Amino acid sequence: MRSRRSFFTSPLTVGLGAQQNGDAKVMIEVRGLSKSYGDYQAVEDISFTAGKGEIVGFLGPNGAGKTTTIRMLATYLPPTAGSATVAGFNVVTQADEVRKRIGYLPENPPLYGEMKVVEYLTFIAEIKGVVRSRIAARVEEVMEQCFVADVRNKLCNHLSRGYRQRVGLAQAIMNDPEVIILDEPTSGLDPKQIIEIRKLIKSLGERHTVLLSTHILPEVAMVCDKVVIVNRGHVVVEGPLSQVSRDKSLEQVFLESVSQDGPIVTAA
Amino acid sequence: MRTIWAICKRELLAFFVSPIAYFVITGFTLLVGFFFFNHLSYFAQMVEMSSMISLRGRELPNLNQTVIEGVFHTMVVILVFLIPLLTMRTIAEEKKKGTFELLITSPVSVSQIVLGKFLSIAIVLTIMLSVNLIFPALLVKYGNPEILPIVSGFLGLVLCSLGFASIGMAVSSFTENQVVAGVVSMVTLLLLYVIQAPAESLGGTAAEVFRYLSPVEQLQDLLRGIITLKSITYFVSLIVVGLFLSQRALEAYRWR
Repeated sequence: MRSRRSFFTSPLTVGLGAQQNGDAKVMIEVRGLSKSYGDYQAVEDISFTAGKGEIVGFLGPNGAGKTTTIRMLATYLPPTAGSATVAGFNVVTQADEVRKRIGYLPENPPLYGEMKVVEYLTFIAEIKGVVRSRIAARVEEVMEQCFVADVRNKLCNHLSRGYRQRVGLAQAIMNDPEVIILDEPTSGLDPKQIIEIRKLIKSLGERHTVLLSTHILPEVAMVCDKVVIVNRGHVVVEGPLSQVSRDKSLEQVFLESVSQDGPIVTAA
Repeated sequence: MRTIWAICKRELLAFFVSPIAYFVITGFTLLVGFFFFNHLSYFAQMVEMSSMISLRGRELPNLNQTVIEGVFHTMVVILVFLIPLLTMRTIAEEKKKGTFELLITSPVSVSQIVLGKFLSIAIVLTIMLSVNLIFPALLVKYGNPEILPIVSGFLGLVLCSLGFASIGMAVSSFTENQVVAGVVSMVTLLLLYVIQAPAESLGGTAAEVFRYLSPVEQLQDLLRGIITLKSITYFVSLIVVGLFLSQRALEAYRWR
């Protein structure tokens, strides 16, 4: 019998997580990335990395430059300086290759209100290049995975916030991407939905690299392997969760790092 | 090609699930029907008059010229106002709702987005114009008009409306505000529609240029049953320019 995953032929995405690999393959590498709008410097000289099979929490107060950084990684915005590679491809010069390998959930789930959930996800499968004969099966699979099968025939416009978020997530994992980028996936959800989404993200992290932007600290403590904290466009903390929160709670680390303009702490 | 078709299908779904397409097609048909009736009754009156006072050397009223050509010309005017309503949402809406971010970060090129969307509008417009073939069909059933001018005129109308749509889409690519897109496209198309007006007083090369740019002048031959390379080239260029501008605008959108 064929394995359910076998139709996604990329060997990189199946099984070989960082844990087995020993030497973790770098899936996201950001080097001195900057973005300015005129005089306003949204992101300045950000650097960090994410390994294969890691869930990286991307933390920061509102307006710290999280969304801007994420948009640059998702090839939506071009950086003004610096470089970044995702899955080994440059986000500017090899944007097409990057786009084939990422799943991206923007802050507001990009749904088409006039489409039914199943129609929307089928459209996503088509534009993301899922093999034609596999589209229907893949859409079912993703709907199961993200708990949206019960609203399959509802119009996206009629969905509640929690369902919109989950359909957005279903969209992001459609082509079984190597790197999943999520911009505040749990904002606006009720506690039960938050728990479900976190479980889902955790399970995604077993096979994919996940970059998770958020400002909810317990979330990071629960699901992430690594944290990157940004403030005013700079990285202030980067390191494995266990090391960053070894002496102090994550909350303390966060508050200290975003309240002062002290030296950059790197626990790596 | 598969991606273009996927985008086109999605657009068609949006057109026909929302009431836009139905309202535009119904409105257009209603207006054309009204003008058809007007032209036809005017024609009937002329026929009656010419049978009463048959003046030698006076031309007899011609069904093709009076009714069909007249109605087709009126259709162009209606298209100037209706097409912006169809095209204004195409890209502006995606930008506003954030779905443009989804398209751009998917393995889809800007050209595929533009072509897919244009194809969908082309299909809606062709359906809309085909519905209105019922009026010439009535004439064919109850009268004896020449067929060629109807066919070439219809071809001209389709080409002209595609040119208008492509310009409307280009305007929609430059903004995220649908109303702005609608108004600017309407103004642009109206200007294009009357662009030959200064030709009379200008004279010389300038007049030639203005005449060449006018879709009304370019349609003239096609409506009379003469298919010329010049007018086909003109309308195809109009389409290409619009698509090119849309593509450029979307590429540039990310580099703000």
